[in-house]
Amino acid sequence: MSTAATTTPAPSGRFQKREIRWWSSLLWPVAGLALLLIFNAFFTPNFFHLEVRDGRLYGVLVDILNHGSKVMLLALGMALVIATAGVDLSVGAVMAIAGAVAAQLINKAGVPFPVVIGATLGVAVLAGCWNGLLVGLFKVQPIVATLILMVAGRGVAQLITDGQIITFDDARLTYIGNGSFVGLPFPVWLSMGMLAVTVVLTRKTAVGLFIESVGDNQTASTYSGIRAGQVKFLVYAFSGLCAGLAGLVAASNIKCADSNHAGLFLELDAILAVVIGGTSLTGGRFFLVGSIVGALFIQTLTTTMYMRNVSADVAPVPKALAILIVCVLQSPTARKKMTGFFRRRNAS
Amino acid sequence: MRTYSKYIPLFATGLVLLSLYLVGCISFKGFGSLRAFVDLFGDNSFLGIAAVGATFVILSGGIDLSVGSVVAFTSILIASLVGHGFSPLTAIGIALLAGTVFGTFMGFLISVFEMPPFLVTLAGMFLARGLGFMVNPQSLAITHPFFLERVANGLSIPLNDRISIPFTATCYVVTFIIALIVAHYTRFGRTIYAVGGDEHSAALMGLPVGRTKILIYTLSGFCSALAGVVFTFYTQSGDPAVCVGLELQAIAAVVIGGTLLSGGVGFMAGTAMGVLILGLIQNILNFKGNVSSWWTPIIVGFLILVFILLQNAVVLVSKRFGGKLGAAG
Repeated sequence: MSTAATTTPAPSGRFQKREIRWWSSLLWPVAGLALLLIFNAFFTPNFFHLEVRDGRLYGVLVDILNHGSKVMLLALGMALVIATAGVDLSVGAVMAIAGAVAAQLINKAGVPFPVVIGATLGVAVLAGCWNGLLVGLFKVQPIVATLILMVAGRGVAQLITDGQIITFDDARLTYIGNGSFVGLPFPVWLSMGMLAVTVVLTRKTAVGLFIESVGDNQTASTYSGIRAGQVKFLVYAFSGLCAGLAGLVAASNIKCADSNHAGLFLELDAILAVVIGGTSLTGGRFFLVGSIVGALFIQTLTTTMYMRNVSADVAPVPKALAILIVCVLQSPTARKKMTGFFRRRNAS
Repeated sequence: MRTYSKYIPLFATGLVLLSLYLVGCISFKGFGSLRAFVDLFGDNSFLGIAAVGATFVILSGGIDLSVGSVVAFTSILIASLVGHGFSPLTAIGIALLAGTVFGTFMGFLISVFEMPPFLVTLAGMFLARGLGFMVNPQSLAITHPFFLERVANGLSIPLNDRISIPFTATCYVVTFIIALIVAHYTRFGRTIYAVGGDEHSAALMGLPVGRTKILIYTLSGFCSALAGVVFTFYTQSGDPAVCVGLELQAIAAVVIGGTLLSGGVGFMAGTAMGVLILGLIQNILNFKGNVSSWWTPIIVGFLILVFILLQNAVVLVSKRFGGKLGAAG
């Protein structure tokens, strides 16, 4: 895969090249998702049933979009982090912190709503900056650097809520997770909006190129004048922001801040979504739309199992198997074998 | 400087361990008692054994996230098999074999398909957790006399009329000594260090990198299963939901013990000290009584941070003085 990035010498052909890469990378995750949906179309009754009630769309597909939005938000930040050859394990803990801050502030009388949202996202970005500082400035390996916040973050969240589960009933805050806008749930709009913003920020400016070059070859990009440390810092801060938004949605969904369970293991789902979307863990490139499709794939799989009465505890087994199959198919060895197979067929 | 700089993190770990123990002894009555000391090993035995496996994996430059799930899977498998009339030793044998095969499977994927260990063991974590719930969805108590009497009382080593070393602690100490020998005095151990230091040059030296990698994850799977067996001894029950996040504690112990997560540098003894440090922190908070539980993760996180920064400083200083810490291993 690194050859794809390095064998693009002609600047004039670069955009064309990227176009091809963009679509071909989307092939596998979309095929997987389509396979799942086709399976459900035949074997799960009412899967595609949609209806409009009170000006709002209801149905399993809407639920998938709605419940998948947290992982979609996280996957956006995670995709950029992984593109720099890093990983952010702390997003689940940051979600818990964000939820805790929001719940504590909304229950304080006299704090204006924008301040609550601003402070929550501010704390989340600060947490991301902490990761970015360790990775970008102190050159700590990303797994370890973010492991620190992953371990300590839940403690911090409990410190904020004093070990309690804080409930709230503010209509504006609960709207974020439960409200609907033009027929679709608000979290769906939120994640789609973030996707659009991220795509514009990375693909219509040079930022995306910087991120990919730092992930592909840090030394070379340093020599060509890119401040690798700064790029990494920004990427982790952005991942913190995404985690903050996801934390808001998660807390708002259940109208309380549960420091122990908010976002538990969602970092793993987010990483898997990004990997299923075609982004390699070795860094050097990223696919935002692919990551979103990956998140939807995971959520569809989960929902399918719930609808087929697989217990929530056993659900990880098929999930893990599906993920392993996708990853084996994407692995360099398997790809080499497959391209060899196709080439031979074309030649004959 | 050049020869000794690699021991600095180890000394620092020892210093933290010693001062934590002294602080505990000075602050609390009974902290320094023989019983508390013995219990420190007994209570942390399964974490310690899991950390032994994690040390091998991390020394090779990999990571194993499936530890906690495999422990839970093993414990429920043993409880379920014993409940169905298998003899305890057969059940333990089957469970150990299952964990080992599971590790081999992950090592195979990592080695043959060149998939990142992080990802494979992550899937392994989901897989083992779900399989545990498939074996039995609820926790099962073990009522077999082997577990209740033999292991709990018969196999413990009495020190005096009131205190005896629990069998779990013996298991840990024996595992640790074997691991120490394997890591530092065998060809396999040296190959692990070489693979962790630089996989490419290890392959160029003619070392069997692929085979070693599969063996490492096999070993880690075995250690996780053994930790599960010891956990079953410790709780005398099987539960598919336990030990969530044990792998993180094991990794934390390895990091606090001075092993670099990039691989190739570290000590088995450091990991043992890391495990004891985690145990001491828990003990101190327990003795103090009125401290909220959430301070444990915060303190552990802080300790990881301190040791990471210390390691970075050591690497920087030794580079400046011309020594090569990473290559010296």
